[in-house]
Amino acid sequence: MSPVNSPLKNLDYSVVQQCMHCGLCLPTCPTYDTTQLERNSPRGRISLMRAIADGKLEATRTFAEEMYYCLGCLACMTACPAGVNYAELFENARAEAEQSGVLDSPFRRALRGFTLNWLFMDLGRLQWLGAAIRFYQTLGLQRLLRWSGLLNLLPRRLRDLESMTPTVQPHFSADLIAPNTPALRGGRYRVAMLTGCAQDLIFSDVNRDTVEVLARNGCDVVTPPEQHCCGSLHAHNGELDLARRLARKQIDQFPPDAFDAIISNAAGCGSHLKHYATLLEHDPLYRDRAVQWDRKLKDIHEWLAEIGIDAPARTNAPEQTVAYHEACHLCHGQKITAQPRQLLSAIPNLKLKEMAESNWCCGSAGIYNLIQPEMADELLDRKLKHVRATQAETLATGNPGCMLQIQNGARRENLNLRVAHPVTLLAEAYRREATANTNATAPKPGETR
Amino acid sequence: MPVKPEIHKRLAAIVGKDHVLTSAEDLIPYSFDGTAALTQMPGCVVFTTDAAQIPQILRLANETGIAVVTRGSGTGLSGGSLPTPDCIVLCTARMDRILELDRANLTLLCEPGVTTLAIADAATEAGLFYPPDPGSMKISTIGGNVAENSGGLRGLKYGVTRNYVMGMEVVLPDGQVMWLGNKCVKDVAGYSLKDLFIGSEGTLGLITKVLLRLIPRPATKKTMVATFGRMDQAAEAVSAIISAHIIPCTLEFLDRTTIHCVEDYAKIGLPLDCEALLLMETDGHPAVVAEEAAQMEKICRDQGCLEVRVAKDDAEGNRLAGARRSAFSALARMAPTTILEDATVPRSELARMIRFVEGVAVKYNLRIGTFGHMGDGNLHPTFLTDERNTDEMHRVEQAFHEIFDEAIRLGGTITGEHGVGLAKKGFLPKFAGDAQMRVMRELRKALDPKGILNPGKIFD
Repeated sequence: MSPVNSPLKNLDYSVVQQCMHCGLCLPTCPTYDTTQLERNSPRGRISLMRAIADGKLEATRTFAEEMYYCLGCLACMTACPAGVNYAELFENARAEAEQSGVLDSPFRRALRGFTLNWLFMDLGRLQWLGAAIRFYQTLGLQRLLRWSGLLNLLPRRLRDLESMTPTVQPHFSADLIAPNTPALRGGRYRVAMLTGCAQDLIFSDVNRDTVEVLARNGCDVVTPPEQHCCGSLHAHNGELDLARRLARKQIDQFPPDAFDAIISNAAGCGSHLKHYATLLEHDPLYRDRAVQWDRKLKDIHEWLAEIGIDAPARTNAPEQTVAYHEACHLCHGQKITAQPRQLLSAIPNLKLKEMAESNWCCGSAGIYNLIQPEMADELLDRKLKHVRATQAETLATGNPGCMLQIQNGARRENLNLRVAHPVTLLAEAYRREATANTNATAPKPGETR
Repeated sequence: MPVKPEIHKRLAAIVGKDHVLTSAEDLIPYSFDGTAALTQMPGCVVFTTDAAQIPQILRLANETGIAVVTRGSGTGLSGGSLPTPDCIVLCTARMDRILELDRANLTLLCEPGVTTLAIADAATEAGLFYPPDPGSMKISTIGGNVAENSGGLRGLKYGVTRNYVMGMEVVLPDGQVMWLGNKCVKDVAGYSLKDLFIGSEGTLGLITKVLLRLIPRPATKKTMVATFGRMDQAAEAVSAIISAHIIPCTLEFLDRTTIHCVEDYAKIGLPLDCEALLLMETDGHPAVVAEEAAQMEKICRDQGCLEVRVAKDDAEGNRLAGARRSAFSALARMAPTTILEDATVPRSELARMIRFVEGVAVKYNLRIGTFGHMGDGNLHPTFLTDERNTDEMHRVEQAFHEIFDEAIRLGGTITGEHGVGLAKKGFLPKFAGDAQMRVMRELRKALDPKGILNPGKIFD
């Protein structure tokens, strides 16, 4: 490939050179831990990227497959004392893989064209597809098909995919959230709420809960009904130009100077959303706003910790035990580890149980569980083992991908486990508090005032 | 000459074809270890999963004259596990079983691919202690630790890997297997050959099992950090502590550059406004720990330290030690290439050596970060450079010459714990002298007549 369209050759060489191959990333890399092959480790992958940048290796099919074998969990970035920007390397390496065309096939091209270039470029289309799946699910077609055994005629991979199809919510975010939600008492901050794509279809209730919690904590919340994809899916799958287009749309829709904060409640999105400045560094029109955008972009846990959570009052609700799984792109991608625990600890009646390897990837990793099902399953089993050991009834985690993955795993293993976003648990506590207050002030039956 | 496909087949017949790597994409990630600026492509990589495979591989290599470079996790810092051109890299990382923990004799028997951390954890679980803790202990393997005789932060009080090896199984280049040492505390039957293999850097034989000595776990420990306005005050404080007959388990120092890099990474609130930081840890009986900690604090204050801070619990102490372990890698934040050295001097010469290193950096106009094990005289001056800057790399080379010459002049050594490998090979003859070089050559020739084990390392 000519240097002109080689993302790795064009990358600032110091980013590649930053890795001094000390090996401290190895024990934290889930793929290396499983295979003990250097190629499947961060420093091994970086050595391949560097070989390409140095012109010693072509972007081969094996190289490309290796880049897609990486989870992109970024645990290596937490472990790396040298401060290697693996996220940037990884995105450019996948872009290298795509531009070289070594993985190209008519089916793959069609699939990528449909999802990346069409479906996720306009969320109206995604909502339309979501509505179609909802139709399939609510009309009983899914149950009928599953019951009939017809699905068994499908190849195993497709069958697995069918069973993983998440249940689409009866309402999308725009049906549940008003474009403007005023703060409950005296608005202190004006914030924008990003409703996301998967979150919007499958966990629109989490979006509603987020807005409620924000309003309860003094934020006027702006939630436009029509939003754009943040582009993380594109950036993580080697389509940096599409990611740039979406980043510009976001900045246009949410001018950063109009808000005190721009809120994301999906770790995978948030981690990408905070790096628009790098993505748009060569765009003179957007560069400055992108820097400002990155500063305003806050994960919901981070923002609540910053402004201080108004703790809900204790009610006589029974105690619930909750384990916390750290989404990779929250703890490694955004270095947010204490804040979600603070949020959970603010909930009365909630007992937080720490889990072994809480910051170890669950295998969801964006669309990784779809393209690398074996490794994803192995990681899911490992996660569930630790979840089970806590004996918690609820698992809290701040990313829709992780929620789905762990929900699917729990269902598969008949594990009675509720999976919830921390913000949902907080919203529920506020609702319990409100109900208790109403009951306390309402006249009891037979009582006269 | 590249390794022929026919050899690949024979290797695959021994270990299984899933355990032989031959493609460029598989080999590039094995073309280096933890040493800066050294790369060399191997001919193939072979993973052994059972000690019984190793004699077969060595016989094959001996017969065909193909070099074998043994590798654990590839974290070495002297190029010891760097491939030689077209060699077989024999990787022991998948031989990672702990075979026995003998609570009656306080020993642990394991395969060479077990990580240092797994050994430390297994010991802790049994209420025991395995003290050697090299910086890369989370991933470094015990086989590599023994082959390099690795040190760590606790060398001052507890010694290094050598002090904990009671025995080992070794395969010689001709495929013969021998057991050296045993569980006896005393054993003077014949030459102490196990000691010959400790630190032999994979040049004499292949270690396939290791028998380690464990010790009782210290009841308690206390970790402290003292900061100083001048580096030589810290060095003086260390000398004063030692001459007061206190042997703490850890006496580490970081200079200003290193402190800033480490804090940038670890974010544990290290004091930034100082020229030197001493990390001190004392362990043992609670009364002794309390007394030693108080004495060390007083000595630091007498030497005019800026501040002494005591870790409030073990967790904070562990965080501080962990941060210190990241020092070398953290320095990479400052420059594209970090080349660290391992010069070691008698403790009495420490302050002088530190001043000398600072002077050399100025003389050659080089940026430097220095940290290390002050308590045992083992310094890690680290040059912050760029391997693509040939002029600067040349000056780095010259600076090392001066540093090593001075270390030798002060009665020190060219490497305290990283080994000679390739990185310090050129300096060894001057340090060791003709007689020692001759004996080492003859020994190596006797054990490995065809020169298949890690050729070109330590000396030619």
